[in-house]
Amino acid sequence: MTPTIEAVGVRKRFGEVTALDGLDIVAEPGQVVALLGPNGAGKTTFVRAVATLLRPDSGALRVAGVDAVADPRRVRRLIGLAGQFAAVEGAMTGRENLDMVARLFGLDRRAARAAADRVLRQLGLEEHGDRLVRTYSGGLRRRLDLGASLVGTPRVLLLDEPTTGLDPRSRIELWSVIRELVEQGTDMLLTTQYLNEADELADLIAIVDRGRVVAAGSPRELKARAGRDVVEVHVHDRESVAAAARVLAPLGVGEPRADAATRLVSIAVDSGSERLLESVRALAEQEVAVEDIALRRPTLDEVFLALTGTSAARPEDEKVTSP
Amino acid sequence: MTAAVVQAPPGAGVLSSLSAVAKRSLLKYRRTPQVLFVSAVQGVAFMLIFRYAFGGAIESGTLSYVDYLVPGVATAGVLFSGGVSAVGIAEDAGQGLYDRLKSLPMAHTAILGGRVLADTVLVAWCLLAATLTAFLIGFRVHTNFFAGLAAFGVVVLFGMAFVWVFVALGLLSAANPQAAQGLGFLVLPLSFASSAYVPVHTMPDWLRAIAEHQPVTVAVNAARTLTQGAPAEALAGGTAGHFTLLAVLWSIGISVVFGGIAVARIRKR
Repeated sequence: MTPTIEAVGVRKRFGEVTALDGLDIVAEPGQVVALLGPNGAGKTTFVRAVATLLRPDSGALRVAGVDAVADPRRVRRLIGLAGQFAAVEGAMTGRENLDMVARLFGLDRRAARAAADRVLRQLGLEEHGDRLVRTYSGGLRRRLDLGASLVGTPRVLLLDEPTTGLDPRSRIELWSVIRELVEQGTDMLLTTQYLNEADELADLIAIVDRGRVVAAGSPRELKARAGRDVVEVHVHDRESVAAAARVLAPLGVGEPRADAATRLVSIAVDSGSERLLESVRALAEQEVAVEDIALRRPTLDEVFLALTGTSAARPEDEKVTSP
Repeated sequence: MTAAVVQAPPGAGVLSSLSAVAKRSLLKYRRTPQVLFVSAVQGVAFMLIFRYAFGGAIESGTLSYVDYLVPGVATAGVLFSGGVSAVGIAEDAGQGLYDRLKSLPMAHTAILGGRVLADTVLVAWCLLAATLTAFLIGFRVHTNFFAGLAAFGVVVLFGMAFVWVFVALGLLSAANPQAAQGLGFLVLPLSFASSAYVPVHTMPDWLRAIAEHQPVTVAVNAARTLTQGAPAEALAGGTAGHFTLLAVLWSIGISVVFGGIAVARIRKR
């Protein structure tokens, strides 16, 4: 089957800045693909290239088999874009917003109305459809914006950081809307800087750093790549941190990580559950005051760290270095 | 799996794209009464200020000052109402609206064309408010109804040309509404160094040379000669037909140049 998106060696420079540095990716039909990476990794640039908003300097880019560089107008009939901002008009109702987009897809009056109704139903927005959008909450606006990208029954939906700036509750609501769309068979390319978002929604995660894909796979594969389970021990007081680290060191692979401030000691281990039991026993024998002990599977955060050398979304880390 | 059989939508032609985009802006204006009110008040206020504050001090040949003044203030007013477009365009760009529209299979020219149509309606509304005020403060058309209507049309057309100017400038101000707001002042020198408020023969030679030929003077002279007839033609040194033709040509020329810049800008990818 023709891939929904196929990018080979896509490059794009903005003056001195290389935004895409030979990005390769293939998204198969039936897949939700997440581009995961820090700010400035090139995720948005890639989505804009797929959406025909910018032209790559070189490389091949096809959407459902159609060349996005040579035939942008045909690509536009196949995609739906929801950008980082909710691009909906506040002075129109939800229904009018959808109707306008439907008309711009070339639907006649009747078909446009039907499309707007369908999308309102699909996103559970029926009761808000006739309200002016400027009275909507942020989450509702985002949901309507997502709806606008569905009006043209796209082959592939492009979502650029769909939940950035939403409160946790609205984020979870939007996730469930997105998941329903996936169940109905909509293919999707989304970008995110949240590891749990990619984990939650995607079949294929491509980790993007400095304009290229540094790793790709299912969430499970990527986690396996980060390797080992981790035994985490929360000790009762600061004095016990060193003792716990001493006790755990022979059980794990490599050095334990000890953090006096959070009173957390962790160590990577081979066969997780056995080492966990041994850790409990050894800590008890040495009478280390333990508050909590757990076995943790690797997180995507660790995969990310291992592959890119930087954390995905931790702006507070960056601030530390600046005066 | 079921989605695969759905036919891809055809995409919209120029006319339906234009009307969909224009409808958006028009609904926005209609439902934001502040916009309608403020833009109308601006024209009305100018009319009153110039009529009563400066009215006695300016010599205007055989024309009464109010008859001289109104076509000038009305024409200058439509330049100022174009400033709304620059701000609106920059706001839309900042909110990602153009990304959405450009990702649709529509005529991209209509993204701006529809906007200009809607803003031209707004210009006509402001001009209407100013014109009604003018009649209340003693302005009269001394030719005939159709010439008066033609004057209205010429000024609206000229206003549309400046909407294109502001649309282009708004796009070039990189999605920054504050910067776009500042652009409104560009029309100040254009409107003051013209025949809008005072006859150009009262200006120093160097300024007069510019003022006599710049487009605002041409449009003002067209409106003035169309509404006032012979005395205005004597003062302006040309017939109504001459100035009307020139004003239409200027409007088309300005629209083509700035429309070209704006459309190239929005189509760039």
